[in-house]
Amino acid sequence: MSTEVENVEELTLKEYKYGFETDIETDVIPKGLNEEIIKLISSKKNEPEWMLEWRLKAYKHWLTIMDNEPSWANIKHPKVDFQDIIYYAAPKKKPELKSLDEVDPELLKTFEKLGISLQEQKRLTGVAVDAVFDSVSVTTTFQEELSKLGIIFCSMSEAIKNHPELVKKYLGSVVPYTDNYYAALNSAVFSDGSFCFIPKGVRCPMELSTYFRINTSGTGQFERTLLIADGGGYVSYLEGCTAPVRDENQLHAAVVELVAHDNATIKYSTVQNWYPGDKEGNGGIYNFVTKRGACRGVNSKITWTQVETGSAITWKYPSCILQGDNSIGEFYSVAVTNNKQQADTGTKMIHLGKNTKSTIVSKGISAGKSNNSYRGLVRVHKNAANARNFTQCDSLLIGDRCGAHTFPYIEVCNKTAKVEHEATTSKIGEDQLFYLRQRGISQEDAINMIVNGYCKDVFRELPMEFAVEAQKLLSISLEGSVG
Amino acid sequence: MLSVKNLFVKVEDKEILKGINLEVKAGEVHAIMGPNGSGKSTLANVIAGKEGYEVTGGEVTLNGTDLLDMNPEERAREGVFLAFQYPVEIPGVSNATFLKTALNEIRKHKGQDELDALNFLKYMKEKMRVVGIDEKLINRPVNQGFSGGEKKRNEIFQLQMLQPTLAVLDETDSGLDIDALKIVSAGVNSFRSKTNAVIVVTHYQRLLNYIVPDYVHVLVNGKIVKSGGKELALELEEKGYDWISNPKGEAVAV
Ligand SMILES: Nc1ncnc2c1ncn2[C@@H]1O[C@H](COP(=O)(O)OP(=O)(O)O)[C@@H](O)[C@H]1O
Ligand SMILES: [Mg+2]
Repeated sequence: MSTEVENVEELTLKEYKYGFETDIETDVIPKGLNEEIIKLISSKKNEPEWMLEWRLKAYKHWLTIMDNEPSWANIKHPKVDFQDIIYYAAPKKKPELKSLDEVDPELLKTFEKLGISLQEQKRLTGVAVDAVFDSVSVTTTFQEELSKLGIIFCSMSEAIKNHPELVKKYLGSVVPYTDNYYAALNSAVFSDGSFCFIPKGVRCPMELSTYFRINTSGTGQFERTLLIADGGGYVSYLEGCTAPVRDENQLHAAVVELVAHDNATIKYSTVQNWYPGDKEGNGGIYNFVTKRGACRGVNSKITWTQVETGSAITWKYPSCILQGDNSIGEFYSVAVTNNKQQADTGTKMIHLGKNTKSTIVSKGISAGKSNNSYRGLVRVHKNAANARNFTQCDSLLIGDRCGAHTFPYIEVCNKTAKVEHEATTSKIGEDQLFYLRQRGISQEDAINMIVNGYCKDVFRELPMEFAVEAQKLLSISLEGSVG
Repeated sequence: MLSVKNLFVKVEDKEILKGINLEVKAGEVHAIMGPNGSGKSTLANVIAGKEGYEVTGGEVTLNGTDLLDMNPEERAREGVFLAFQYPVEIPGVSNATFLKTALNEIRKHKGQDELDALNFLKYMKEKMRVVGIDEKLINRPVNQGFSGGEKKRNEIFQLQMLQPTLAVLDETDSGLDIDALKIVSAGVNSFRSKTNAVIVVTHYQRLLNYIVPDYVHVLVNGKIVKSGGKELALELEEKGYDWISNPKGEAVAV
């Protein structure tokens, strides 16, 4: 039966579909990190003085902690040389784009190849897209239509220029630059990202989406996303990402901040498919990301749904701070690791308000020689009367050379709290595989079927289009895992 | 149709099957009876291609095609169906999705068009009536939370859906009350035709009152020690397996 195990492992050898590189003229600044570089980034982006000051403050803070890269996560990697990274690369283009026709056709082709149409008129379904290529946002679709409802959806650079009051008020209000190592770094050097503001009482009529693409070799991607739903607002937001195949490790250190006011709802879904490195663990993206949402108002709700299939290393904990009474935080996650990938991911649910509720559903899938850890914190503060949490944390193993680990932290300071934690670890059983194959289903399809079934509770939370995408990605991730 | 010749099988270095010979023709029902641990499930699993068994000698062919060379899904597409002694649960995968995938794989293999959702549904409704299976079970994940009887009924439902050429039923009667036994048997009987064949594995005679076999083989300790018509099952019921193992009538403790 050991032959069977080997077969299963073979199935997990995957081909990365998005590994091509776009040949496009790029404006690249020198490698390295210092004050001059930060000033250069800021000036490239024509930023106002206050933004540069904010960046420099963050940088000065980072300098005080630069030797203390976090080491508590269950991941291993060589020290990142922060002087060996290019912090800004942008496609050369005409300085002001008036319409999509002016976008470099190579770029449009790139996004077409990735299955993302930036041609508004071509899109049948209503998904507004902000496309970020290396360090800059290249286009945002449906802006005009959304602005009729008062919705602002644009790149972070534009928001800094056109909506400085909103940016000043909210940027860093959920993830201050002092929050952690990578958040400090991001605050200093962030290049672009998406900005969205949903005004009072407005339900955003279409899915908003950002698509991130790293193209240039040696660059890091440091995007910054800020989403605000004012009282009673609703928005569903999708994020996707890919990168070319390279044998170097590239750093992606993003910060995402969400703010939900009274009765507002934000759904944030991610399908993360950064290049994971090859079979031997060469290359791949280091995905060190800080994502946090603040449920500031009463009855507000934030849902994080993530499908993590890519990256050499994933380090991220999309979290909710449940300040408003009756606010709700949810986290649904599928994290797949294969070959030599490592993931340490989970969530934090911080209960501050009364009657706050949180739900955590985490599905880890490990194959090959990979290592997959769930790390989750549920904290109930002393004033959070009647707080409720339910955590379901499952691990699925494919083959017997991978690892799955669970690190739940529960801190309860209010006696009325109810916190439930369930955890399971299972293997894809030979019996399950044989059963499906005996009915004529190939081993590869059988594994996909079992894995998809296992992830169903999470996929259900994704918007339809993304759920299909997620299932496809999952099967690509596990492709070739049976001979 | 199925031809098993001088089959020897080892599991983890232990010899389990010791020279099995079995010829099953189209239109026939064969019963394989024998005490627990005699190798009945091993034979069924080896025909279906389960891994973990080492065939050390002999051959198994289906209509002249060597089965031992094929992986389980290829055998299934060629028309081998195993109704499991212990049906497996697949969480999160609905029965309907599972069966649609399976059916279309088999149809593709036969060069038939795949059924779309609508036609599949029509076909499935028809088969549900044959086996009297509840719609609720169809939309639930495969076998999850099914009672023992429901699982067995689901196996026969799958048999009806997939219409194989050779059906091997491994202890399909175990855990069934008399009503369920009748329903399951009716499902098998309506499947029987001149173009297919059924092997019924059981260690009780009871099932054979409902699925009447053309031949009965007695498997003891990895060998077929006696073959006969359906009366052999009754005789076994009366006299027990020791009668066969010790045909000279030596005294044996029961
Ligand atoms: N996977 C296995 N590992 C070790 N022994 C096995 C295995 N499968 C079956 N056996 C042994 O083979 C013999 C026959 O088993 P089985 O075919 O299940 O018998 P039956 O179905 O007639 O009860 C038994 O002695 C059983 O213990
Ligand atoms: Mg048995």
